[in-house]
Amino acid sequence: MILLIRWLLRRRRERRAGEPAGAGPTAASRGRLALVLHQAFYDLRGFLRNRQGRFFTLVLPLLFLVIFVAVFGNNKVGPGNLPARIYYVPGISALAVIAASFVNLVISITVLREEGILKRRRATPVPAWVLIAGRTLMSIAVSLVSMVVLMLVGRFAYGVRLPTRTIPGVAMTAILGSISFCALAYAFSTAIENEDAAQPMVQAVMLPLYFISGVFIPAVTLPNWLRHVAQVFPVQHLSHGLHHAFAPATTGIGIVWSDLGVLALWGAIGLAVALFRFSWLPKAATG
Amino acid sequence: MEPVVSVHGLRKRYGQVDAVAGIDLEVQRGEIFAFLGPNGAGKTTTVEILEGFRTRTSGEVSVLGIDPAHGDAAWRNRVGAVLQESNAEPGLTVRESLQLYSGYYLEPRDIDATIALVGLEEKAETMAPQLSGGQRRRLDVALALIGDPELIFLDEPTTGFDPSARRTAWHVIDGLRELGKTVFLTTHYMDEAEQLADRIAVIAGGQIVAEGTPGTLGGRNRMAATIRFTLPEGTAADDLPAELRALLAGEDGRVTLTSQSPLAHVGALAEWARGRGIDLPDLDVRRPTLEDVYLELTRSEA
Repeated sequence: MILLIRWLLRRRRERRAGEPAGAGPTAASRGRLALVLHQAFYDLRGFLRNRQGRFFTLVLPLLFLVIFVAVFGNNKVGPGNLPARIYYVPGISALAVIAASFVNLVISITVLREEGILKRRRATPVPAWVLIAGRTLMSIAVSLVSMVVLMLVGRFAYGVRLPTRTIPGVAMTAILGSISFCALAYAFSTAIENEDAAQPMVQAVMLPLYFISGVFIPAVTLPNWLRHVAQVFPVQHLSHGLHHAFAPATTGIGIVWSDLGVLALWGAIGLAVALFRFSWLPKAATG
Repeated sequence: MEPVVSVHGLRKRYGQVDAVAGIDLEVQRGEIFAFLGPNGAGKTTTVEILEGFRTRTSGEVSVLGIDPAHGDAAWRNRVGAVLQESNAEPGLTVRESLQLYSGYYLEPRDIDATIALVGLEEKAETMAPQLSGGQRRRLDVALALIGDPELIFLDEPTTGFDPSARRTAWHVIDGLRELGKTVFLTTHYMDEAEQLADRIAVIAGGQIVAEGTPGTLGGRNRMAATIRFTLPEGTAADDLPAELRALLAGEDGRVTLTSQSPLAHVGALAEWARGRGIDLPDLDVRRPTLEDVYLELTRSEA
């Protein structure tokens, strides 16, 4: 996948190299959408060159899938007595979406903010919402690519088949989940004081939620009270929505409207907090 | 012509302290203006108000005819800012960083020409975070220039640089003059202000304590010169002619005279010495340096 994106970037670069320098209208003069895509493209390029970001976002979910399936793959899970490998493909897919939309985003915007890069960008005419939309778009794209890779591995290595009729459900759940977690990322970054705190704080919040939300451990094996706790948080609803779409017994297009509703609600809360608290300036500002 | 930057009675209060205590400034088009002062004097607070990053407590501020507190995209198209602390764009080369920023503007400068202007031709394909401190600062200048602004703010552009990196940076800033840009520079290096600026304002304790050209700042051009020499054994300051004795400012092995007309007084001294058959091999005549003036002006802050 990384190779594919690299190839696309190289092709684009080669096409551009043919044009005279400075020719053609700039992104800003081609309208708002062009400017958002311009920002997303350079954000993506920067992200793909970040080894740590690539590992945590694209490689680690794959490792989790391989390990969990290797250890628990043949266990039977839940009322349908499904093999656990069918369980782990959607569960780890939820983790992949969160890794790209939330974990990576919180860390990267904290770094950009603390290093004064967001501030410098704000000293240019680019509208604030373009910077946010560009990076969010990049995160959603990475989330979806990472999820598709997991599903392809699930399909061809483990024979976990996604019912064709539930593809709309999976897509909608993943996209809405990704948008909501991006909004939550902007909100959460406002609570982080410096770059070093970003990674531990994000993991401190997410690891427990992965365990109680049916990502690492099938929810049916958890005590009831823990499942109720998990239902308050968005991770459970993303994971449950994806599990539902994968379950062979599911009929229809695989959408759980209550899960989408909760995800949207969390996204709205994130957005509200971000609008109220987000700052472009370093927290550790001097003078 | 309307000044590019105009500030009247600017005040910024943090709690009980006035970080900026009512200052007036005017910067004309095409001028390199240095805002000189020790750390904590209120330089960055002022420049960030002018850039639109901070609100002010009171006073009137106009930058290119607009109040920066309400600066919109059209205004930002005309203003460039090199911030005191901002790092390189992660994961992008020098050229890509400039491509990203040039997309933000309607009529940006040519990317290659801008890279050449800051002398980074050989580093164009280098990852921006791998540049040295001095090179990164020059990339910052290029990023601030890419939109072809009329006015550029440079907030302490050479703090922490080694002497050769400073020279290179000065050369780049001096080049902005040829482009006809107006430059608002803050610095705590007196020699930087002297080297680059057409006009200097010294700020200390949130107030402007002096303003002028590098040659006239703080009345430097009217200040008395010092004449110093050592008298040979057997001769004392009391033996000097009355005209020179009246200028005596100190005698601690070396005689120090302060003079408003050094040429006439050195002449009198020479005549007197030749008459007595003595020489004054360590004679030196010195006008106050800008550093002396600056230290005098900002003394209460030290």
